Amino acid sequence: MTQAVAGPPAAVPDERLARESPLRRLLRRPEFGALLGAVAVFVFFSLVADAFLQADSFSTVLYASSTFGIMAVGVSLLMIGGEFDLSAGVMVTTAALVATLVSYQLTLNLWVGVAISLVVTLAIGALNGLLYIRTGLPSFIVTLATFFMLAGANLGVTKAVTGNVASDSVRDMDGFESARKVFASDVDVGGVNVKITVFWWLLFVGIATWILLRTRAGNWIFAVGGAAGSARAVGVPVARTKIGLFMGVAFCGWFSGMHLVFAFATVQSGEGVGNEFNYIICAVIGGCLLTGGYGSAIGAAIGAFIFGMVNKGIVYAEWNPDWFRFFLGAMLLIATVVNLIVRRRVERSA
Amino acid sequence: MLAVAGMLALGACSSSGGKKGEEKATGGNGPRLKIAMVTHSAPGDTFWDIVQKGAKAAAAKDNVQFLYSADPDGGKQAQLVQTAIDQKVDGIIVTLAKPDAMKDVLARATAAKIPVVSINSGAEDSAKLGALAHFGQDESIAGEAAGTELAKIGVKKALCVVHEQGNVGLESRCAGAKKTFSGQLQNLYVQGSDMPQVKSSITAKLQSDKGIDGILTLGAPFAATAVDSVKETSSKAKVATFDLNKDLIASIKSGDIQFAVDQQPYLQGYEAVDELWLYKTNGNVLGGGRPVLTGPAIVTKDNAASLEGFAVRGTR
Repeated sequence: MTQAVAGPPAAVPDERLARESPLRRLLRRPEFGALLGAVAVFVFFSLVADAFLQADSFSTVLYASSTFGIMAVGVSLLMIGGEFDLSAGVMVTTAALVATLVSYQLTLNLWVGVAISLVVTLAIGALNGLLYIRTGLPSFIVTLATFFMLAGANLGVTKAVTGNVASDSVRDMDGFESARKVFASDVDVGGVNVKITVFWWLLFVGIATWILLRTRAGNWIFAVGGAAGSARAVGVPVARTKIGLFMGVAFCGWFSGMHLVFAFATVQSGEGVGNEFNYIICAVIGGCLLTGGYGSAIGAAIGAFIFGMVNKGIVYAEWNPDWFRFFLGAMLLIATVVNLIVRRRVERSA
Repeated sequence: MLAVAGMLALGACSSSGGKKGEEKATGGNGPRLKIAMVTHSAPGDTFWDIVQKGAKAAAAKDNVQFLYSADPDGGKQAQLVQTAIDQKVDGIIVTLAKPDAMKDVLARATAAKIPVVSINSGAEDSAKLGALAHFGQDESIAGEAAGTELAKIGVKKALCVVHEQGNVGLESRCAGAKKTFSGQLQNLYVQGSDMPQVKSSITAKLQSDKGIDGILTLGAPFAATAVDSVKETSSKAKVATFDLNKDLIASIKSGDIQFAVDQQPYLQGYEAVDELWLYKTNGNVLGGGRPVLTGPAIVTKDNAASLEGFAVRGTR
């Protein structure tokens, strides 16, 4: 199933049985184009930015990449499953606000807030999925609605509860220090401080890759993204798979939200808007197709890494930051074109 | 001594001229310093352009390499400060619109022995977060000045248009204005990076509440938009604003806008760079641990003409 949907349509069925050379196999991977891009960007900034190659700077780049990358894990799986989640950006803020507001207002241990936030965020993800399944509207529209609702609720609830537009600081509350260790601490790697989010990111990418390539659920994800109708016909639980994918995004949103809480102690209710596109960009640079059915979690991770390198590399290179988004757009264009060319080449020679 | 150094720098600049002079200026008798400014500005904001002009003027005079970066998102702004630390700059200038987000990264700057100066918003947090000095306007005092002025021009029911949600400084402006304003003042939140949206929000508010007779915007570009909305809805609301630019001066002269509360952004950029240079070359600290106020300076029809030249140049 995976091969038939994920790979190029095979003209002759026997081809699938033929052995491929390792090089061809590498070229066929969805993340190959992104990998080329990452190497190019890395070499480029190593040459133009003096500070880029220092260990401290590289740690900063990895941190920036991880904050995009953790969300890109959930978002890429969802995109392989053929759907979008435009509420992903503000959902991070929602998760963070729920944890801080609940803990602060009820004077609870922060871990209780963390748990409640997980339940609420997963419920929002499930709601996104259910709305999509029940209404049959494109996920683009459904999650656009939840995006606005969450953005409004973030401000409305925060303002109503605290009287301000930001949540109260939870820095001195019980559980802050222990939760900070989990969500926002520094890890000393050979004298360089690396943010713990980097390790969580790698772990999530590993888990997602395992799910995609080694489990039945992974086959279902490719199947529902490639051709939902045929997938249903052969007995794939389409509704369950898609709802699960939306909840996967919500889980990543919850984790990112917890990082915000324990890194900064207060949460600004208006933040997160616009980030949803950054996550999608990471997934697309990494080889996910907008049409679904094709892509990988590792690719999205490489996409996030490219995004992080460009994001901070421009600063290290001491360029005019006014041009940042221009460069970002150019990167996106180049990355997708490279992907396209690589895929066409492989298809033609297959 | 410093005056002499400054004059030497100016002398060097004018004799060789322009860009060239900037490159080889010898303002400081020592190695060229590198100073980074990290703000919470959205891209392409007039106010921050004026701050940068002030900073660049001081940088040219002091032989400083000036780096600028900005991100409205608190977490990302903190990351940008981290990149400045990674670059081993000689001084960092930050805004503290979201002080909690900046706490840890500023502690790392202090640990790396990089002096920090804060500008614009966040006067109350500046010293706590380890900054040497703060250059800005006390937003509450400025708000109070605006409230008094609004009452003086006969407004009874006014809007306070907040264009950057979650910015503590903007909130205290409205709160300050509320304190001294004799009438009723309510906040309206708009998305400052999207001007059509700002306009439609203000228009909708004016249409739904005919009793509004005053609008206080918190940034110069929004005042012009508010004037448009007022004209469109043929409302009688009088518009007043914080901050200044060249179009605004013309509007004040023509009477479309009643007054502007200027916090002199040029000074904030200029003084911040100059203070870091003074600190690095002579150990000086301005303000004695208290914020150095750069405003409020009220601009009305009476003094608008005298400032027009500076505003046209984009430095006022």
